[in-house]
Amino acid sequence: MFVQIDNLSKQFDTQNGNITVLKNININIAEGEFVCVVGASGSGKSTLLRQIAGLDTPSSGEIRIGGVPVKGPSPDRGMVFQNYTLYPWMNVQENTEFGLKLQGVAKRERRERASYYLDVVGLSDFARSLPNQLSGGMKQRVAIARALVCEPKILLMDEPFGALDIHTKESMHEFIIDLWQRTKITILSITHDVEEAVFLSNRIFVLSSRPGTVKKELTINLAERGADAKRHAIFQDYRDELMGLLRQYGAEGLVAAKI
Amino acid sequence: MPQKPKSNLQDSSTQPNRSSLRPSVFWQLAEDIPPRLNWVLSGISLGLPLILWWGITTFGSIDPKFLPSPSAVIIAAQRLWGAGELQQDTIASLWRVGVSFLLSAALAIPVGILMGSFASIRALLEPLFGLMRYMPAPAFIPLLILYQGIDEAPKLSLIFIGTFFFNALMVMDTVKFVSKDLIEATYILGGNRLQTLAMVIFPHVIPGILDTCRINLASAWQLVIVAELIAATEGLGRRISVAGRFLRTDEIFVGLIVIGAIGLILDLLFQYVIRVCFKWSNNN
Ligand SMILES: Nc1ncnc2c1ncn2[C@@H]1O[C@H](COP(=O)(O)OP(=O)(O)O)[C@@H](O)[C@H]1O
Ligand SMILES: [Mg+2]
Repeated sequence: MFVQIDNLSKQFDTQNGNITVLKNININIAEGEFVCVVGASGSGKSTLLRQIAGLDTPSSGEIRIGGVPVKGPSPDRGMVFQNYTLYPWMNVQENTEFGLKLQGVAKRERRERASYYLDVVGLSDFARSLPNQLSGGMKQRVAIARALVCEPKILLMDEPFGALDIHTKESMHEFIIDLWQRTKITILSITHDVEEAVFLSNRIFVLSSRPGTVKKELTINLAERGADAKRHAIFQDYRDELMGLLRQYGAEGLVAAKI
Repeated sequence: MPQKPKSNLQDSSTQPNRSSLRPSVFWQLAEDIPPRLNWVLSGISLGLPLILWWGITTFGSIDPKFLPSPSAVIIAAQRLWGAGELQQDTIASLWRVGVSFLLSAALAIPVGILMGSFASIRALLEPLFGLMRYMPAPAFIPLLILYQGIDEAPKLSLIFIGTFFFNALMVMDTVKFVSKDLIEATYILGGNRLQTLAMVIFPHVIPGILDTCRINLASAWQLVIVAELIAATEGLGRRISVAGRFLRTDEIFVGLIVIGAIGLILDLLFQYVIRVCFKWSNNN
């Protein structure tokens, strides 16, 4: 498998003692797959993504991508954060180029590659705009372009559309599916939005809370992912099934929290 | 069935609208006022004291040795300007503030950024700086005179001591506004620590640093006057102290007003530069 997460556990030392946030996580992802992890808020989704990104080290277990163990952050694993982490003093073009600049790519090549991906995300006309002149959806598209320019092996997204309004969110869903089909990149996205998970994923991992463990793996087979897909019966079946699972394991977490 | 608790707010016939917020232009919390009102109020802020001053000195019978009239102060200013003394004094004071504050900022900015960025450096320096900050700079004057005599050196040192620790600690605070996500995003894009410091943290805090300088320049300006009151041959502080000795109250006023005006102009200049050059930091 392209991404192998073996028996990953993560504990934090806090004032209230040692807490286990992730326990025995096993996830495999094939190259080119679109996978979502869903779970209640506080179930450890971001913590899981941070381990994969290399921003934090697991307490035990191992993560391999393309057979190589993850040791520290790298442009091989692009990441999109929930709250638009663009550099506010750089314009869209400069933001998109920045990864290449850090890696010492020559100015000319930087410019060309960034322009290509700005075109991919449909923001060529805004190359000179500053982030605070853009809408939320546009900011996330810049963040996606900025990650893609580095040509990562996998794109990690932590609730990338969580802060967007419903209409922008839906158009971003279609945008990201289209982008994924064109670029064939492997994507691991995190969400607590059930419809989003069903619409985007090949497979969904359902995470329980306290500690976060993989409770269920769902394979999604949608014939098409156009704008109408959400109205089809099969979509709604998947949605209801996932909703039921989340209710079940989310509630478990709540009970556990009270004890 | 349980009775609903009675409330004297219930009667909707006498109280059609329960809003307690009446519309207001003047008393709006956290809102701008119309630009015209802004200008009018700012005008009153400076104009009213001036009119009061003029009125008291014209219609009251006050000894001009205590309170000279605005026109007497203008005449004194013209006299000092004509003799070239006002310019000389202003330049002397500005020079002291300029040299000393530049040195202080040039050292405090990198130190402050390092303190803000690395918990280790912060732990190393913050206790000392925190302590030094609470020692009033003028209290160092006897020591400075002992070590450095009464030339320029102790005056520059006084301003340096009085601004360096504030500059460093306030610059340190500006680094806290760089979000952790932004730093981690930089690591993921392939940045190392040095690059993150130089290409992300530093540009992010420049507006905050300029604002810190703007605020602490006010203390530098106060300290230069204190330094000159003690021993100097020229400078606006010196001018005031000499004028006091000879009861030339009008010259004291000239000195005070020039000091205030220069301070205000520097402050506005900084505000302008921050507003024009750092548009990205305005509303986000
Ligand atoms: N650095 C940390 N130190 C201590 N506790 C943490 C840390 N990071 C996350 N946690 C805890 O781990 C749990 C899961 O957090 P997170 O991964 O952010 O959840 P999610 O993204 O699913 O909402 C939370 O209870 C949080 O308080
Ligand atoms: Mg999260």
